[in-house]
Amino acid sequence: MNRLASRLPAIVEQHQREILAEWVRLQLESGNWRAGRLQESQLRDESQKFIGLLAGTLQNTVQFDARNAQWAELREFLSELSRSRATQGFSPSQVATFVFSLKQPIFGRLRLALAKEPEALADAMWEINTLLDALGLYTTEVYQQAREAVISRQQEELIELSTPVVELWPGILALPLIGTLDSERTQVVMETLLQRLVATGSSIAVIDITGVPTVDTLVAQHLLKTVSAAQLMGADCIISGIRPQIAQTIVHLGIDLSAVATKASLSDAFALALKRRGLAVTSSTAAARG
Amino acid sequence: MSIEPTTLPVRSGEDVVKVRQAVRTLAMDLGFSLVDQTKVITAASELARNTLTYGGGGEVRIERLNQGPKRSGVRLTFEDRGPGIANIELALTDGYTTGTGLGLGLNGARKLSHEFDIWSQPGVGTRVTITRWK
Amino acid sequence: MDRVPILRLGDCLLVTVQVDMHDELAMSLQDDLTNKIVATKARGVLIDISALEMVDSFIGRMLGNIASMSRILDAQTVVVGMQPAVAITLVELGLSLPGIRTALNVDAGLALLRRALDRGDEGGYVD
Repeated sequence: MNRLASRLPAIVEQHQREILAEWVRLQLESGNWRAGRLQESQLRDESQKFIGLLAGTLQNTVQFDARNAQWAELREFLSELSRSRATQGFSPSQVATFVFSLKQPIFGRLRLALAKEPEALADAMWEINTLLDALGLYTTEVYQQAREAVISRQQEELIELSTPVVELWPGILALPLIGTLDSERTQVVMETLLQRLVATGSSIAVIDITGVPTVDTLVAQHLLKTVSAAQLMGADCIISGIRPQIAQTIVHLGIDLSAVATKASLSDAFALALKRRGLAVTSSTAAARG
Repeated sequence: MSIEPTTLPVRSGEDVVKVRQAVRTLAMDLGFSLVDQTKVITAASELARNTLTYGGGGEVRIERLNQGPKRSGVRLTFEDRGPGIANIELALTDGYTTGTGLGLGLNGARKLSHEFDIWSQPGVGTRVTITRWK
Repeated sequence: MDRVPILRLGDCLLVTVQVDMHDELAMSLQDDLTNKIVATKARGVLIDISALEMVDSFIGRMLGNIASMSRILDAQTVVVGMQPAVAITLVELGLSLPGIRTALNVDAGLALLRRALDRGDEGGYVD
């Protein structure tokens, strides 16, 4: 579209204040802004800043191009807005609505200013419509990226959180595994367990797999690797919590766990660990009764 | 895309130590985890030892790889002008050795790397390239 | 030339590998240690590798050799202090250090040697 022929930039520039007032009024009315944790003053500031940047950029171009430097400032502003709204709890469509809701006040202004020139009005309407659509979609894209970053960070945190190594007794550690074991998670699990063995000077570790839904060849290999690494460091592992189906699977898959001590329950494993450390549990009441 | 490749000689036992140190410095700089650092320097050590023992010495090229913000890695190319390897497949078998080692060198380095490439011609020399991504 | 120090603790010898091992050093350690076992009539050898940043097949073989040589000289060997990252890498490498006893640290290693010596083990791999 020919820039010289377009009436849009001049009209937006000239009526910037009226458009802003109308836009803010509409936004406050719609209640959309209340969805997240947003202050009214912040909404006003952001709206004003956006209109200012838009009016300024329109003087140069009316076609949005994310890679073009002319749009850099507006793009930067929208990215920031999208990220902050994402953390304030807005949905992507609510973020995009911020941009889309500007259509109505601008359309209104264009209709007044170009009442006698239907062709110019149609052109300007088309331009602003296309432009605001593009900008709205851009906020959605940024929002999604921000969300993905949050998710991948949470995944990493979850991996770390989900590998608690607990001390059952001085010198005896337990690692209750919960959920599916993939190779990335297993590496974290292995490292955590081995580091805790060194830090606590524990020579026995019980790996409890009660909470692991399935054991396939890969998971079994990971477990065996952990056991081997612990042995190289001078510690023994006992695997506990092997459910009947898992025992069957292990045999059907032809996985050899004969080099590892296995126990059905965590308490059996604990008893074995105590025995290996030369400790025993006795009942004090039984002794009293004779 | 790779920047700042360094070439180090592999002609003595002390050179092997220097190669390990250079690889560790680079892996640390790229933010490798301790385990990944250990894997790549162990692979480097195996190959450097091979270059020294079987290739009669040679050199290693250490490269930093950057493919986008999320993908960085270390690439090592060991090259010698030694007798070469007649049967590469056999040399890659665990436990096979013509020297005094455990015969785990080549295959061990392969297991510790994400990419492994070997070129050898009897009487000309051997070139082994490994890559480990972060 | 560097040498790996060998300390005497009663009837045991403690070798702390602190420097980056290279071939010549590994060879001289084997010489020094076998001489010292004979000279001190040591019954046990502790090799502390907690300062080693990696164990490749060469060092793995050296440790195996030391254990075998010591056994012939009627002393038992325990390798102590292997770092987690080193152990994980060794497993990945497919190296299991057969015939070598291990313990988490020097204390645990000494206790293991004590028990083995009191039982009068012949130095074979037990457990």
